[in-house]
Amino acid sequence: MSDAPTAQTASSSAAEARIADAAYTGPMLAADGTPLKKSLNRALRLQKMRALALIAPLLIFVLVTFIAPIADMLFRSVENEIVSETLPRTTTLLANWDAKGTEIPDEAVFEALYDDMFYAIEAKEHTKLGGRLNYELTGMASLFRKSGRKVEDMGEVYQDQFEGLDAFWKTGENWNSFMGSDEWLASMAGWTKADGRQPKFKLREGMADVLPATTATYLKYAAFTQNEDQKNLYTTDPWAIVYSSLHKDLTGENALADYAGPAAEQLKAGAAAATSFETVNFSEAFLDIDKKWHDLDVWTTIKAYSPKLTSGYFLNAIDMQKSVDGAEMRPENQQIYGILFYRTMKMSVIITLSCIMLGYPVAWILANLPARQANLLLILVLLPFWTSLLVRTSAWKVLLQDQGVINDTLVWLGIVATDDRLALINNQTGTIIAMTHILLPFMILPLYSVMQTIQPTYLRAAKSLGATNWTAFWRVYFPQSVPGIGAGSILVFILAIGYYITPAIVGGTEGTFISNRIAYHISSSLNWGLGAALGAILLAAVMLLYYAYDKIVGIDNVKLG
Amino acid sequence: MADTKSTDAFVEFERVQKSYDGENLVVKDLNLSMPKGEFLTMLGPSGSGKTTCLMMLAGFETATHGDIRLSGTSINNIPPHKRGIGMVFQNYALFPHMTVAENLSFPLEVRKIGKSEREEKIMRTLGMVQMEDFAGRRPAQLSGGQQQRIALARALVFEPELVLMDEPLGALDKQLRETLQFEITRLAHDLGITVVYVTHDQTEALTMSDRVAVFDDGRIQQLAPPDQLYESPENSFVAQFIGENNTLDGVVKEIKGGVAMVQLDSGELIQAKPINVTKAGERTRVSIRPERVEFDKSRMQDGAFTLKAEVLEFIYMGDIFRTRLRVAGRDDFIVKTRNAPDQIRLTPGTQIEIGWLPEDCRALDA
Ligand SMILES: Nc1ncnc2c1ncn2[C@@H]1O[C@H](COP(=O)(O)OP(=O)(O)OP(=O)(O)O)[C@@H](O)[C@H]1O
Ligand SMILES: [Mg+2]
Repeated sequence: MSDAPTAQTASSSAAEARIADAAYTGPMLAADGTPLKKSLNRALRLQKMRALALIAPLLIFVLVTFIAPIADMLFRSVENEIVSETLPRTTTLLANWDAKGTEIPDEAVFEALYDDMFYAIEAKEHTKLGGRLNYELTGMASLFRKSGRKVEDMGEVYQDQFEGLDAFWKTGENWNSFMGSDEWLASMAGWTKADGRQPKFKLREGMADVLPATTATYLKYAAFTQNEDQKNLYTTDPWAIVYSSLHKDLTGENALADYAGPAAEQLKAGAAAATSFETVNFSEAFLDIDKKWHDLDVWTTIKAYSPKLTSGYFLNAIDMQKSVDGAEMRPENQQIYGILFYRTMKMSVIITLSCIMLGYPVAWILANLPARQANLLLILVLLPFWTSLLVRTSAWKVLLQDQGVINDTLVWLGIVATDDRLALINNQTGTIIAMTHILLPFMILPLYSVMQTIQPTYLRAAKSLGATNWTAFWRVYFPQSVPGIGAGSILVFILAIGYYITPAIVGGTEGTFISNRIAYHISSSLNWGLGAALGAILLAAVMLLYYAYDKIVGIDNVKLG
Repeated sequence: MADTKSTDAFVEFERVQKSYDGENLVVKDLNLSMPKGEFLTMLGPSGSGKTTCLMMLAGFETATHGDIRLSGTSINNIPPHKRGIGMVFQNYALFPHMTVAENLSFPLEVRKIGKSEREEKIMRTLGMVQMEDFAGRRPAQLSGGQQQRIALARALVFEPELVLMDEPLGALDKQLRETLQFEITRLAHDLGITVVYVTHDQTEALTMSDRVAVFDDGRIQQLAPPDQLYESPENSFVAQFIGENNTLDGVVKEIKGGVAMVQLDSGELIQAKPINVTKAGERTRVSIRPERVEFDKSRMQDGAFTLKAEVLEFIYMGDIFRTRLRVAGRDDFIVKTRNAPDQIRLTPGTQIEIGWLPEDCRALDA
């Protein structure tokens, strides 16, 4: 630089000089003068984007078909919107109710329950809610189902009284004449189904102030009738609950005094009469339906499961339950999942160990035979894959049962007495035997592929250094085959803890796995939340083991081929 | 050289045969006797049975027939791990899951040697191959040459009297190979160990060994010190295999006073030293080393038989000149001359006469 003739050339070639000048300590510059790191990043980013674009279809496919369902399933294990969505007012009011006390909720809660139930029944949601709550407290399903029809009838006391007072209240047309706006009424006049879409109900202006409760109820009724029921709102007679709302308005706060619109006369007459109407005590009415409605348990359960997210399924999955004091263990005789988890883990470990014991020598032989014979043997190892899992498992039933091939042979040989046959099936032994057989190839294949890469010269070298056959194997060959054992074990173990067909067939009650329980909840009891919680725990356990394995052995020490 | 050392043999092969398939003999009638401390190289083309011989000695293959003796006792029925023979494999066979120190420790551990003694031996042996700083590394973290040194150290660490090496330098580049050749011979001589070394690189064999056994077709074709092997090959295979060689085919006319008159197929008559021709009328192949050929009349013996030759190609190779000639109907006749100031550079197309000393021209089997 020192010999640069002018300042201009000096500055123009400064960047070049920086690239070349070893003494320059600032950021490296690329040929165009931008920092090298930046231009490298730009180049790499472009490459990455292109690579991403290439795999995008596959990525989306995997996300949509694999990740999303699993995520959805996992979400179900905490999701609990059904209670608060079906009983919105009740759960809101219950928030202030003291669940630890001895008092059942007051009349306001029951009135809210009547409201909520009424709509739920119209939408046929109440049985679903009963089913959901039944997982937590048996009897809820029948309680809700039973309450269905009868809740609908509760408000008829008011309906009958209004209709008795004035025949005006009997028809939907009369109701609409003052609830609906003039514009809507005009559009409904002469409308039939054949005309296409029913004009959407429009409220008469000011009605919300005049009769607030009635308006709210009527809007719901109108929307439901027009959308869900697809009936002609104009000619349909309103729900009983509309009358109870009207009663509430006429006896409580309203702005009827200044109202001069349609039916003002009837409304005012109604208001005068309503104060002396026979009223309904909803608390008593529910008690009449079923005395369970006055059980504390029912109400604590509803309150406990009011939040939109719940830990209930998970607590359930670890043999706990929600109580007024938080979580507590279930009674001893109801604890099953802990035992099942423990058994699943224990038996999977035993199965994995059995697979190692049986698979290692087979893989060794395979790896040391000439290619032709090894291939033939490999086909024999893979042969079980070509028959149905059910057939193989059923074959074990034939072999292992009391009068099965194995017991008969042992009896014939005089090794066991006829009345002392070995119990090999419908217990843990059966599951272990059958599953070891079924999962064996998953151990042999990774072991074989790892062993194939271990050159025989290592053994020769060890022997030439003075090691006996055993020492050469144990100190030199075995450590090199550990990655195969690791890969095989992970495969077998993970497959084992998720297995359910084989344990279900040969395991009896003693030899079933947690997966059998999950399958039961997914397909029979339909308690998906609990199934999902159990699955999530299983998934977490696998990930934890995987993590531990990575920490102890190192996952890069796992070779699948 | 061998005859200058003690005569009682350390390693002996007696009438050893080996067949893998029961049909072909891979090793046919091998007889070999090595004194203690000798560096013997088995040299031969691929498939000639070198590795097989080594494996029989190490105990990984059993001889189909014959006797292999170590210090006078037959080892046919001794398993490999009891033979106490050190071995260096072509692909090093360093245990990948052990560090360098653990690799070296292995033979000592199986011999139940105490920890402190082990460590001392390991460091000493690593010192011999200049690898002390690498004790904690895994083999995968070493270069090829470094791995080779460790393999060598591992074969030496338990102080065996006999070390076998099967093409230990085969995978290395030329420069590294030369360095390690030198180090292996130095170590072998310093430690006084007996070495059987297998290679198919003749330069390696010639530079390293006390004696070279040239293998072909399951037999030792010649067993001799390197200089003898080069200068006095006993048959045309050895002559051809070791170094560069010019051959001319012909018929023996007469043998008289240790000199054979050979009439070449092209008609010319030349003198040669009879090696394995015995009587007139036999077909023979005469062999002359390219550097023993003369074309400068003044440097030839009086009355020497000469042949007419035409210069075809002159190749400048730096230290030497290589000239290709057409001689007696063959155009692959090579002459090598040293690049000296007074050396003549032959131009292609020139007609010259070439000659040699009769003892440099050997009449071998056809
Ligand atoms: N395990 C074996 N089974 C059958 N034949 C074998 C076996 N090992 C070697 N051979 C045969 O024996 C012959 C000699 O083999 P060997 O390995 O001793 O040759 P080599 O001289 O070491 O050759 P190279 O220089 O290529 O290593 C070859 O023809 C080879 O095919
Ligand atoms: Mg070989």
